[in-house]
Amino acid sequence: MGAAGKGLGLLSMAALLASCGIAGTLDHEGAKVDWPAFWKGQKRTNQLNFANWPLYIDSEHGKTESLELFTTMTGIKVDYQPVIQADASFYATVEPELAAQEVTGYDIMVITNGWYFTQLVNNGFLIELDQSKLPNFAKYASSLVKDPSYDPGNKHSVTWQTGFTGIAYNTKMITREITSFNDLADPAFTGHVGMMNDNVELGSAALLRMGVDPVSSTPKQWRESTEWLKKQRPLVSGYYDQSYISHLENGDTWISQAYSGDIFQANLSGYPHLKYVTPKEGQIVWHDNMVIPRQSQNALSALSWMNFYYTPKIAGIVEDWVSYVCPVPEAQQYIRDVIKDPTVANSPLVFPSAESAKLSHGYYIYRDYDEYQTWNDVFNPIIES
Amino acid sequence: MTDVLERPKAINKKPSWLRRHSPPYWLSLVGGGWMLLFFLIPLVSGLIVSLETGNPISGYTLTWNWHIYSQLFVHSDIPYSTFLLRSLYYGVATTILSILIAYPMAYFIAFRVSVRWKSPLILLVLLSFFVSFVIRTDMWSFVLAQQGFVISGLRKLHLVSANFHILGTSNAVIGGDIYNNLPFMVLPIYVALERIDRRILEAARDLYSNGRQVFLRVVLPLSRAGIFAGVLLVFITTVGDPVNSSLLGGVGTYTIGQAIQDSYLTNQQFNVAAALSTVLMVILGIIMFAYAKIFGTENLENLV
Repeated sequence: MGAAGKGLGLLSMAALLASCGIAGTLDHEGAKVDWPAFWKGQKRTNQLNFANWPLYIDSEHGKTESLELFTTMTGIKVDYQPVIQADASFYATVEPELAAQEVTGYDIMVITNGWYFTQLVNNGFLIELDQSKLPNFAKYASSLVKDPSYDPGNKHSVTWQTGFTGIAYNTKMITREITSFNDLADPAFTGHVGMMNDNVELGSAALLRMGVDPVSSTPKQWRESTEWLKKQRPLVSGYYDQSYISHLENGDTWISQAYSGDIFQANLSGYPHLKYVTPKEGQIVWHDNMVIPRQSQNALSALSWMNFYYTPKIAGIVEDWVSYVCPVPEAQQYIRDVIKDPTVANSPLVFPSAESAKLSHGYYIYRDYDEYQTWNDVFNPIIES
Repeated sequence: MTDVLERPKAINKKPSWLRRHSPPYWLSLVGGGWMLLFFLIPLVSGLIVSLETGNPISGYTLTWNWHIYSQLFVHSDIPYSTFLLRSLYYGVATTILSILIAYPMAYFIAFRVSVRWKSPLILLVLLSFFVSFVIRTDMWSFVLAQQGFVISGLRKLHLVSANFHILGTSNAVIGGDIYNNLPFMVLPIYVALERIDRRILEAARDLYSNGRQVFLRVVLPLSRAGIFAGVLLVFITTVGDPVNSSLLGGVGTYTIGQAIQDSYLTNQQFNVAAALSTVLMVILGIIMFAYAKIFGTENLENLV
């Protein structure tokens, strides 16, 4: 091989290298779908594949009453798969198939509003819902979950469960009253403060503390809010994932950022001394949402489950077991009068008062990847250290 | 006559050279292919991804962005170089401590135990592998918790102060690393010790060496192949590990493994993740190369 040959080899090598970028996930075709025609073309099926988070539906001796009632009424068999451990990792597993427009094998996925939800919508990975087939949602859904800012008009999603993120503390270790985010920076609790390693929760808490609503916050305010987080860092024992709750339960942390539903569960399972508080500056409200991926083979089944779920009875059955925040307010009567479980029915954590709903703020909604990256650049240096 | 005899010789000269020298290269094809497929290609493709810019939505294109390395390791808000040094420190500490713990264990099983007990004891060493190591590590965070029986017991005996804690410290992470990697150190050392001819030890004693000298001048040198293999296994796994530091660590125990995982999965910065793992692989490669140069790879061959 002469010099020319070598040069040619190098050239083709360079061409090969240049072509090996990573394709993006943006689906330009997605925007053009004629959704009414799409729904008209759908055929009824007898199958529904439902991907959800673990321990997130009623379950009695391995049986799920809500799903069984659905099968009895509609004849649709449900393959319920509690496979979602985290939004990020679940998105990573379905994204290749969604981007290649292949069947994921799921007809309903439960995704938290946030960056991954936004990505699913922006990439055109979700089916737009036919609202005319969701009369129960229109009738029974609470105002908290109707027309949310992250999905105007519930175009792509209806909420499965809602949750609050506020503060929880151990009343055995802390005797004074906890009222504010500033209590998370009390030097008396040095080494026993837990924060979340989810940078959205962490950043939103810091913004609320400043009196800023995360939904309408600006990058400048994001940067300002980190001052407090940096000051607080030496007191923090860790930035935790879901394990924050076991650290609270076994006393490693005395005070921590916390999800309302976890504290409700912990209170019932041997940790009555943990107490959830809505900080006076406000709390975060988030929603886990049912969505239908683009290549679903049973879209009509998925839609009829969504409609079926939004009744006081079914939402009540699920809520009595899950006890996060119920998207159907009238399920309260059902749980009190039919299931006869006053602990859940009367809990302000499951059926929040109008006042605590007023103190609730959503996450900031990223418009594009650059904003998401800016948020990461601002808040990750706090967590990653 | 001589002319006729010499001609074939001249023709044969070249093939015979080839025949004599090429077989090693042919034989190395399988090994070379293995290295290409599972080492060189991943390393190079990692390097290429690290030089791309873009985002997961509109895609990544190769722009030869070498700046990323200085961005990450020199001018970064997130101290990646600290994470790398910290991971190396965890790796070194874990390796040294596991040798100190594993050697006596292996020695005991190899020399002080009757044949009948050897297999059960080795099985005990391996027993922890029957449960996923993530679960086992998580269990440690229950055992060592503030209200767990260990620490509350120590506190009741007034052996530690009320604020004493293990979880969330570097020591907890190193402890978890040692716990998870100990079998990888015990087994090669045990194999090396088991291979020592017992008659050599007798000979050493016959030549008037005392127990300490037998160990230091005969047993230890003969078992260094096992230590060498154990060091490789434990050090490499520990330096890249994200699990122990995330489950047992806290503030100030963030490792390069966690940084790679988070930048890939959570932040979706594929180029950053690729750059971090390329640097990690290159540094590990250099360390291993130097290590093998100093201590010699024939150590490993002795073991097989």
